[in-house]
Amino acid sequence: MNTTILTEQYLKERLSKGIRDDGRNLLSFRKISLETGKIPHAEGSAEIRLGNTKILVGIKMDVGEPMKDKPDEGSIMTGAELLPMAHHSYDAGPPSPDAVELARVVDRGIRAGNIIDVKKLFIEEGKSWNVFIDLYVLNYDGNLFDSSALAAVAALYNSRMPKYEEGKVIREGNLERLPINNISTSCTYAKIGNSILLDTNASEEVFADARMTIANDEHFVRAMQKGLGGSFLPNEIDMFVDNTFEKSKELRGIIQKTRGD
Amino acid sequence: MEKPTLIINGKRLDGRDPGTMRQIKISINPIKNASGSAYIEWGNNKIVSAVYGPREALPRHTQDLNKAVIKCRYTMAPFSSLEEHGRPGMNRRAIEISKVTKEVFENVVLTDLFPGTEINIFIEVLQSDGGTRAAGITCASVALAASGIPMRDMPFAVSVGKAENTLILDMDKTEDNYSTADMPIAINPRTKEINLLQMDGELTSEEIHRGIEMVIKAGEIITKTQKDALLEHYQKIEERI
Repeated sequence: MNTTILTEQYLKERLSKGIRDDGRNLLSFRKISLETGKIPHAEGSAEIRLGNTKILVGIKMDVGEPMKDKPDEGSIMTGAELLPMAHHSYDAGPPSPDAVELARVVDRGIRAGNIIDVKKLFIEEGKSWNVFIDLYVLNYDGNLFDSSALAAVAALYNSRMPKYEEGKVIREGNLERLPINNISTSCTYAKIGNSILLDTNASEEVFADARMTIANDEHFVRAMQKGLGGSFLPNEIDMFVDNTFEKSKELRGIIQKTRGD
Repeated sequence: MEKPTLIINGKRLDGRDPGTMRQIKISINPIKNASGSAYIEWGNNKIVSAVYGPREALPRHTQDLNKAVIKCRYTMAPFSSLEEHGRPGMNRRAIEISKVTKEVFENVVLTDLFPGTEINIFIEVLQSDGGTRAAGITCASVALAASGIPMRDMPFAVSVGKAENTLILDMDKTEDNYSTADMPIAINPRTKEINLLQMDGELTSEEIHRGIEMVIKAGEIITKTQKDALLEHYQKIEERI
């Protein structure tokens, strides 16, 4: 029997008694620390630490063309880089399906939550601001979905809006805030054996059978994504949604605090 | 473009009730070279799915010596939509759909029986009209069954959305473009396990609960359509023998 099987059995046995190796409850987050404005060259930035997961999110804005189907709005593009330095299993190269999924799920939470007031990003006929959200995973220790979502929204919440004057982009001086409508956050649950966990760390996540991410604001669920080869029963989804509405109050508070309001 | 009113007097633009699906037709083994294949017409969606394998997993580093690996490729033909010419092959959307579809079938295929091999599932959208990932999964499920690969259940998928504050089943492209929420779901009909669930837009917890119930109910019709297609195909073969 190899050691991975032993580790898995040990973990599942402990989880079935409600015990996690770092002493948390099954449905609680690790300590979250969030620091904004680390990259003054960017329009906005935030670095999050969640356990040993460390992600830096940078916001850049450029003048570009609006999307064809939304000619009077700015556009949003979200990318994720699982840097090879972040984990021994990550390789350099084009984004893996995991990276694409991460970026798209975070993007949906922001887009569906109307976080950015995209109407205010319109400049003139054929011109609008394009907002680039880049998720830079620097160290992997599980739960990239929630940590990326928190850092991305915090970075947007603290972004400055460049000016466009006489064909030139001005990124310095007295700038207004990027217009923000709303705050969304997410909670990701994992099923390991018969146990349900919130915010898995790397040594838990490796044994997860199924994963469910739920992004919400104060009133609505905004995005959901089930992942991995396992499955959930309908009543488990109900539980996740209810728990997420409860947990998200705290998470929204963390983002609000970065701006001191 | 102005948002059209999607429900008028309780009827949707194409005349359906909120809880009614479009017509689904499935035929078996249109792709003769494949281990198994299926073709689905789901409203105006036309999708073909083919399965190859189990066969040696290549390149070798993708092998798992404990089980078969499932590889899935969902693509849309560049001429499939009513809008402009699309780019062939994989974009980021297709990469994500391929990934979540692969995970649906990892859940049901008895992969332990074929260590070291791969099972390839191809889903090609020839004409699209909203709900292609759900139709593709429903179709691939039948293609896997037709290929004789053992599964513990035969998943189906359908999407539920919200328009004019009403939950609507199986949105077409117009509804998809102007709806306030979209939630595609795949389910194992025997156990009611949820295999795929994605959502974006705005839904309350009560709407999510009710949406999942609508999908499970709709599954009775979809599963029957899947089974009837297989049954009819193999009865025809039996008659020939």
